Amino acid sequence: METIAIPAVNLAAIMPETVLSVVGMILLLINVFLPTEKKAYLGYLSLIGIAVSLFYTMNGWGTPQEGFNGSVLLDNFSHFFNVIFLLCSALTILIADQYVQREECNHGELYPLILFATTGMMFMASGTDLMTIFLGLEVLSIALYILAGFARNNVKSNEAGLKYFLLGAFSTCFLLYGMALTYGATGTTKIAGIAQFIAQNSILSKNPILLVGMLLMAVGFSFKIAAAPFHMWTPDVYEGAPTPITAFMSAGPKAAGFAAFLRVFLVALPMFKAEWTSLLWALAVLTMTFGNITAIYQNNIKRMLAYSSIAHAGYALVGFVAANEVGVAGILFYLLSYTFMNLGAFAIIILVGKKGEPNNNVSDYAGLSVKHPALALAMSVFLFSLMGIPPTAGFVGKFYLFSGAIKSGYIWLAIIGVLNSAASVYYYLRVMVFMYMKAPEEDFAWLKVTPAFFVTVVIAIAGVLVLGVAPQYFLKLAQIAVMI
Amino acid sequence: MDIQTLFFAVVAAVAILSGILVITCRNPINSALSLVMTFFCLATFYVMLDAPFMAAIQVIVYAGAIMVLIIFVIMLLNVRVESGKKYTHGVLIGSIMAVLLLFEAFYFLNRSSLTGARGMIDANVVQNVGHVELIGRAMYTDFLLPFEITSILLLVAIIGAVILAKKKI
Repeated sequence: METIAIPAVNLAAIMPETVLSVVGMILLLINVFLPTEKKAYLGYLSLIGIAVSLFYTMNGWGTPQEGFNGSVLLDNFSHFFNVIFLLCSALTILIADQYVQREECNHGELYPLILFATTGMMFMASGTDLMTIFLGLEVLSIALYILAGFARNNVKSNEAGLKYFLLGAFSTCFLLYGMALTYGATGTTKIAGIAQFIAQNSILSKNPILLVGMLLMAVGFSFKIAAAPFHMWTPDVYEGAPTPITAFMSAGPKAAGFAAFLRVFLVALPMFKAEWTSLLWALAVLTMTFGNITAIYQNNIKRMLAYSSIAHAGYALVGFVAANEVGVAGILFYLLSYTFMNLGAFAIIILVGKKGEPNNNVSDYAGLSVKHPALALAMSVFLFSLMGIPPTAGFVGKFYLFSGAIKSGYIWLAIIGVLNSAASVYYYLRVMVFMYMKAPEEDFAWLKVTPAFFVTVVIAIAGVLVLGVAPQYFLKLAQIAVMI
Repeated sequence: MDIQTLFFAVVAAVAILSGILVITCRNPINSALSLVMTFFCLATFYVMLDAPFMAAIQVIVYAGAIMVLIIFVIMLLNVRVESGKKYTHGVLIGSIMAVLLLFEAFYFLNRSSLTGARGMIDANVVQNVGHVELIGRAMYTDFLLPFEITSILLLVAIIGAVILAKKKI
């Protein structure tokens, strides 16, 4: 009987993921022995796990590790995204504890689930095999369905979980079908192998199977990044899900979707660049315009930020359409800064909210600056950054995205982007008008800034300002990262 | 038309019909039984593609285990037949779009060649090496990492079932 050669495994290539999933399993065990009021310890333990994973990620910068027969490649691209994911989950865990205690859904499984979701995101970013990317996306999605419905006694949360699950499962079918057709046309699931096969068989560029496969994969990924017209789930799910989870969903999984989207399209399908850029052009315009126009009509601030996150996915798509070094590096930079500004804004939404979340309307922010000037100021910084006003990170990010588009000759796309960005000022400013120019209707006595929140908001503000004032260093890292 | 193509056409027609029945039946038990039929048709396709192991797994796991569970759950929960009201929301636009898409698909499929890549494993290899061995080999060499990620996926799904469905946690 012949022996089967087991390929070189190279555990170094999956070290950050391994750390997180092992810590997640240990936390599940510890959770059994912890009384309800002490579940916060799990949060601190998971922060240690995230720190260790971050250490491995930082340490590996510049030395790409390939493992598992080309299933996974831990290169600078995945390192950059891993930092975004870890940051996002760390900030989420910091703001989650107070919220789950207030809403009485303080189940310890929250923290392991966030860690597993992060593991899935990391596999999406570092996967170089369609199977790895798909399974990473499934681990992420299933964890998110559960997290969206985590507040079991809240009907809206139940609705969010179920809606996300049904629509998410439906969209996953598109992605999987696209991958299957691509596999059928090229005979391999390895991304590098697909690119090689297409380059060698140029006749394939006329093959409708491959084109349909590409299209279906684009649909699947667009759903994950909430690009119009595949955004229908976003407002309901973002509004119903527990607020820390909404913050998590709007930053991390969106970045993970972009990571997989970028790697598959830039590495495996560069021969179809003309086709997919024209497709993404339309998606970008639709997404930006739809997100911004609908956000104007929202009164619920979580819903407003949901539509705004759709619009932001549109801005990032502008960089994808450009598909040059500035544009793609701009996406990475923008997703990093978006993580800071959005998590900061959601942290303040959690603080202002009350049990059962009745306090989520824009008008509830009336007079916040009188009672809590520091919080109102912090919220304003995040809103300015979301608008894209200097000297914040949002401005620099948009600048890179749009200049990338101009460099590739998409002048109109850049103009539409800038116009959209101007329109978005209205609904962000509206919150500030309520905070600064209306008389307070409530005393905000329930509002208590715990150390965890203080740290989160300070980290977020520092991130927004540092990325806005001195972006060169981070942009350089992003430019190194996109050389895939 | 040779006998194999004819057989394929018949099984495909049955698969599509039972697939339509799954979503149109009002009685959940009828739906579930139609789904079993669809799974059997799929198993037949696997046999025709020289993948007997996949066919066996399809019948044992899907048509057997999973569907039996689903039918048990339906009977235990005593789900009633949905009454009256039909969902006609957007049927017209939906059907027009579907027909258009179908024509588009036919048009493009007729216009161009559809040959994909030939894999390394054809019917001969399956005959010589054995189907189970080939699957096992792929799973533990090329797809070792995806195989391992699946275990995390299942763990997360179990946590989810407990969190969302258990009465008291």
